[in-house]
Amino acid sequence: MNDGVNGVALAVFIFFFLAVTVLGFLAARWRRADNEASLDEWGLGGRSFGTWVTWFLLGGDLYTAYTFVAVPAAVYAAGAAGFFAVPYTILVYPLIFTFLPRLWSVSHKHGYVTTSDFVRGRFGSKSLSLAVAVTGILATMPYIALQLVGIQAVLDVMGVGGSASSNWFVKDLPLLIAFGVLAAYTYSSGLRAPALIAFVKDGLIYLVIAVAIIYIPIKLGGFDDIFSAAGAKFKAAGAGGLVPAPAGQWTYATLALGSALALFMYPHSITATLSSKSRNVIRRNTTILPLYSLMLGLLALLGFMAIAAGVKVTNAQLAIPQLFENMFPDWFAGVAFAAIGIGALVPAAIMSIAAANLFTRNIYKDFIKPDATPAQETKVSKIVSLLVKVGALAFVLTMDKTVAINFQLLGGIWILQTFPSLVGGLFTRWFHRWALLAGWAVGMVYGTLAAYGVASPTQDHFGGSSKEIPGIGEIGYIGLTAFVLNVAVTVVLTFALKAFKAPEGVDETSPADYTADAGDPGVKEELPVIAGH
Amino acid sequence: MSDVPEVPPEVAAPVVTPVRVVIAVCLLAPFVAMLWVGSYAKTDPTFIGIPFFYWYQMLWVLISTALTMTAYKLWQRDQRARPGGNR
Repeated sequence: MNDGVNGVALAVFIFFFLAVTVLGFLAARWRRADNEASLDEWGLGGRSFGTWVTWFLLGGDLYTAYTFVAVPAAVYAAGAAGFFAVPYTILVYPLIFTFLPRLWSVSHKHGYVTTSDFVRGRFGSKSLSLAVAVTGILATMPYIALQLVGIQAVLDVMGVGGSASSNWFVKDLPLLIAFGVLAAYTYSSGLRAPALIAFVKDGLIYLVIAVAIIYIPIKLGGFDDIFSAAGAKFKAAGAGGLVPAPAGQWTYATLALGSALALFMYPHSITATLSSKSRNVIRRNTTILPLYSLMLGLLALLGFMAIAAGVKVTNAQLAIPQLFENMFPDWFAGVAFAAIGIGALVPAAIMSIAAANLFTRNIYKDFIKPDATPAQETKVSKIVSLLVKVGALAFVLTMDKTVAINFQLLGGIWILQTFPSLVGGLFTRWFHRWALLAGWAVGMVYGTLAAYGVASPTQDHFGGSSKEIPGIGEIGYIGLTAFVLNVAVTVVLTFALKAFKAPEGVDETSPADYTADAGDPGVKEELPVIAGH
Repeated sequence: MSDVPEVPPEVAAPVVTPVRVVIAVCLLAPFVAMLWVGSYAKTDPTFIGIPFFYWYQMLWVLISTALTMTAYKLWQRDQRARPGGNR
């Protein structure tokens, strides 16, 4: 695939990259408020985004470049099993419909910026809040690293960098430039930069998918031919298939459910949610976000098209970029690559902001400098967002790609373990804080050990995310098994701790806080006053 | 909705109402449909050459969207009807 640089595609790619860079810096002036030096402004865009901005921001945030590369890659490699991403994203929306508005309300009432802020306020426990914060940061870091892997895949297919050059510096220079630029405008514009760039990203993605899903099947002779070619390949390989085998159905369902439960535990999902200006923006969004799921389904089908088009790659992650390169004219391949590349920048920016907010609010302010001013908080957050990105870059450049993928897999298992504290806490104060902490620890340990024990043909450990469920005997998602264990421990210990009258901690929230909306008394009017410019 | 005064939820109407049951069904239906993998793990009937397994799940994206939208509308109406404001 590294048969020289694809000049036209590269030129188009660079054009779009420069355009979003300009946008990123200009974003600092978009809806600028007076109190610029507060974390609400830099880290949550002034909590002012309406339905459409939130839609683009969440879409840009959740459907990452890695998703675009990895979901069709999984379908390309394994067939039906890779399609679980579709039921997963179907289940997310009814789920968040029920709990996100409550989180929005209580966060606005008390000025919470992160989920850990809420957990500390609700349960009066700094240790539980720290556990949630650390889990969030640990789960986000490899996710950022994977965005870089996404960019690398595109650059590789274009013939720039990647394994083409022998000199490490020349090889990684394009990636370094992309991330330098990303870091600079995130630093200066905060959450406004990815919000604005998300418009470009999603516009490009929708365009590319629409063209791909019509143009490529026509060139390949229709879906009949595509699926029979794919079916033949799986039969010959003796692995995978067009429908999941009966033994794989538990895996399919538990992966879909576990992933759906985990998605809105990720700090970057919450950051995008809290930046919206009212409760209704969130509920309305749950009714329009599924458009992205439809797109994801179509995108997954590209995996079959890559098989039918005879794309042969050793690394499945390159299947889709390679398909674009083979099927599209050069200039449109450039547009498609730009879509993936920019698709990596938006979530990487939001994730680094979310991780930085967690560090600042729940580690720096809670444990290091309790009297930090809003200006100091913002400054720390900005610097940490840089460090997080540098860390992710170092991760990708020094370690094998599979390490990032392994950690991302672990991250999903880990982040799900914060569900009882967060969602449980949103609906009831019944759980005891120490029980939640113990449940979290059990889930983390079980999940990590179980994932460590999964071998695959290429790896001795972390070979996959599914394992036999103890007591049921079917193969299921480890994260979900750990979650069930976590809840069981939490419930049993809560009964025990209540029997011993262990101190419950102070709850600073009241029932009405969970239903408050913008404009209600006591809800801070955070809609910034637009400065006269 | 935002100009509805705050009233403690205790004085609100009964918690379980027919409308709320419908809302719950709307939100739960996708879970039943999607987690019951055996009900759709087959290739026939195909649609424009796409096996049942794939187009059925993509159809459910649209169905679940319609259901969530219904739940949203019903919820809004439910909230306007009662003095407690938004919940």
